Amino acid sequence: MHLVLEKRAERSGTIALVSPLIAIGLTLLTMVILFAILGKNPLLALDAYFIAPLTDGYSLQEIAVKATPLVMIAIGLSLCYLANAWNIGAEGQFLIGAVAGSWIAVKTQGTDAGAWVLPAMLLLAAVAGALYALIPAICKVRFGASEILTSLMLVYIADLSLDYLVRGPWRDPHGFNFPTTAEFDPVATVPLLIEGGRLHLGSIIALLVVAAAAILLGRTIKGFEIRVVGAAPRAARFGGFNANQLVILTFAVSGALAGLAGIIEVAGPVGHLQPGISPGYGFTAIIVAFLGRLNPVGILIAGLFLALTFIGGEQAQIAMKIPLDVTKVFQGILLFYVLACDSLILYRFRLVFSNRQVTRGAG
Amino acid sequence: MLDPTPNGLHSGEPPLLQTRGLTKRYGDFVANDSIDIEIRPGEIHALLGENGAGKSTLVKAIYGLIQPSAGEISWQGRPIVLSGPSDARRRGIGMVFQHFSLFDNLTVAENVALGLDGSESFKDMSARLAQVSKTYGLPLDPKREVWQLSVGERQRIEIVRALMQDPKFLILDEPTAVLTPQEADQLSIVLERLKAEGRAILYISHKLDEVKRLCDTATILRAGKKVATRNPRLETAASLARMMVGSEIKEVRAAAGRQTTVPRLVVNDLSLAPAEAHGVRLEHVSFELKGGEILGIAGVAGNGQDELFAALSGERLSKDPGAVVIEGIAAGHLSITGRRKLGAAFVPEERLGHGTAPRMKLSENALLTGHAASRMVRHGFIDTAATLKTVDTATETFDVRKAKRDPEAASLSGGNLQKFIVGREILRNPAVLVVSQPTWGVDAGAAAVIRQALLDLATEGAAVLVTSQDLDELVEITDRIAVMFHGRLSVPLPTRETTREKLGLLMGGSSLEPKEAVHASGA
Repeated sequence: MHLVLEKRAERSGTIALVSPLIAIGLTLLTMVILFAILGKNPLLALDAYFIAPLTDGYSLQEIAVKATPLVMIAIGLSLCYLANAWNIGAEGQFLIGAVAGSWIAVKTQGTDAGAWVLPAMLLLAAVAGALYALIPAICKVRFGASEILTSLMLVYIADLSLDYLVRGPWRDPHGFNFPTTAEFDPVATVPLLIEGGRLHLGSIIALLVVAAAAILLGRTIKGFEIRVVGAAPRAARFGGFNANQLVILTFAVSGALAGLAGIIEVAGPVGHLQPGISPGYGFTAIIVAFLGRLNPVGILIAGLFLALTFIGGEQAQIAMKIPLDVTKVFQGILLFYVLACDSLILYRFRLVFSNRQVTRGAG
Repeated sequence: MLDPTPNGLHSGEPPLLQTRGLTKRYGDFVANDSIDIEIRPGEIHALLGENGAGKSTLVKAIYGLIQPSAGEISWQGRPIVLSGPSDARRRGIGMVFQHFSLFDNLTVAENVALGLDGSESFKDMSARLAQVSKTYGLPLDPKREVWQLSVGERQRIEIVRALMQDPKFLILDEPTAVLTPQEADQLSIVLERLKAEGRAILYISHKLDEVKRLCDTATILRAGKKVATRNPRLETAASLARMMVGSEIKEVRAAAGRQTTVPRLVVNDLSLAPAEAHGVRLEHVSFELKGGEILGIAGVAGNGQDELFAALSGERLSKDPGAVVIEGIAAGHLSITGRRKLGAAFVPEERLGHGTAPRMKLSENALLTGHAASRMVRHGFIDTAATLKTVDTATETFDVRKAKRDPEAASLSGGNLQKFIVGREILRNPAVLVVSQPTWGVDAGAAAVIRQALLDLATEGAAVLVTSQDLDELVEITDRIAVMFHGRLSVPLPTRETTREKLGLLMGGSSLEPKEAVHASGA
């Protein structure tokens, strides 16, 4: 008797929906074991991670704030991944967007510049993110360079550029030598939705992005092109769709969204440019994209879930002294299980009872 | 041609291989329903049936690739349970698959070595390979890399590989589907020889004339059940086909008095470098195709047919716009979408992955080629109702059988998917239709529907270009036939003036005498 993976005749819609849930279940199980090994009470730890943040209003707002960049970036990444273009460098595009948008904020600081400042910052951040993402895209199309490597390497360039700027030219003269710009003026700040709360306009923008992506992928020919190019490249060429063009397009859109998320983060919750503005949003968004099945609504849910792990991780660190790195372990294990469970969409397990003994005896 | 000797001799001998009540279920679906078959030593036994009749399932069970759900297999009179293909090979059962499993970048000898159990040294194995190939008249150079070889030569590797295990029983799955008539004749000689040595052969084929010529017995399957076991020499091709299909196959008929009109597809001195390392260079291909006419392109696979299709469809562009002229407009530089807008339609050889995106719905696959010229897209938005309508119309017009209204392409059987693809293109009322291997691996019923559709389209005034390796098909539906060899296209000959021998020679690379060719093309 042994277990075999058998190909399904048609992809299973049920499993496509259930697979992320199975993955989450398996991840939780693994975490329980991990907590036990760390000598923590697994139930208390799970409570701190997943239940406690949902029980107070502040944490709920904080989850939405954290989910905002995750969802925006993951939507862009999902377009890339659907088109078989592997943008791993969203973190870099996020940082470049933050830097480019901050440039306007820094230059207009203390002037009487009007309401145009924030829209200009958003626009410039999106353009900068797109241009930054086009570097690996063009290298891939033109020279056949692996976009996985080039986009990843550009993350470090972006990271160190930001570092240089806030330690050098853009450093706040009154900032006690901390590597940070001055606080942005109110016209350069993303407005809050609730006075005195944390929720800001960025979350609304993220929801609009989700809706736009759902329409793009479900109803338009461009969305169809993106899906065909990824699912069946040769058929896409036969359909007259240009894969290279779509690599450029999806990278640009994905870079623009990441850049936009970057400036929203800086001009919103953070309020100034400094190193460490991202706890790895650009990388965590990869998990969000896959956990959400590369589907806009799925990504929205997955983004909220992973935001919960960030908040829960902080709470668990405070309440139970569980290291914050456990959150990253959690996210890694989750991606692993998501990808593993996805094979169940096209395959199923079957027990095979064979009578090998008989075989050997006969003949 | 060998005259097959009648053999009543074997009827008394015990069968070499026998199945009793062999049944294979996949869930609710019964692929093989209680099949009894007997194969005797020194017998060439044909296995006939439409696609999906259960032939593959049966041979897979006999070769140990799958376990039957019920019933038994006896080998030399004793019931056996095969644990896998290696078990089958150990007992003396060999198989040559329709789709070759060869590594292009390895040599012949290396490929053969990979299929053996590795109990002998590479040198000994090579020596034995040379000897086996010589003994059976299957010439092979062990040192050549597979990508350099023709399809016929590749098949020889597979056959030699099977013979090196000295099988008592050999299964051949549609071996002549990819061969020139002359190569097929050579294969029959090898099979006759194997038979004379007392080996048994189970021969899967769609070519009924070939079965009548070569086989001593024929077992006919239909819908998973055995219909009959007959002596094919006492049957007609029509009676065999009737047993396979269960009803009369409608004869394909061209409407009388088809008129040819203006040239709708013209190719002028088209040359194109190969896109891939092992590809074929197209050299000075020229022809003219009028409305109302069907031109066939014959040739052994891999002689530039794929490259020609890509150049005609616009998947590959040529520098010279005038190299491909569609409806009087130079289109060599236009993309496939641009050419579709001029009224051209294309059906590639590969159904899954080229003609359709396998894991997408039929409606989405209708959109795949319909987005350019049909009204399926408005202001960038997809008109889902229009795409579904194409699916419904194609389903109705071309009898596409499927489990639900809009399933994934991959869930359809080969014949039904091909009917959908051809239907999808024909529903666009193309001025020019370029089809590659229209009925490859398609059951007889579906093949008849497709051929009729091509004839009807030509009758309505379209120009149809059909590339096929099936000469019978080309003879049946085309007006003229040209042969592709090493990237060159012969002068098209009127179909009624060609013979299999003439075409076979062209397919093998011999040129006809210039005088004859000129004379024929002038007709």
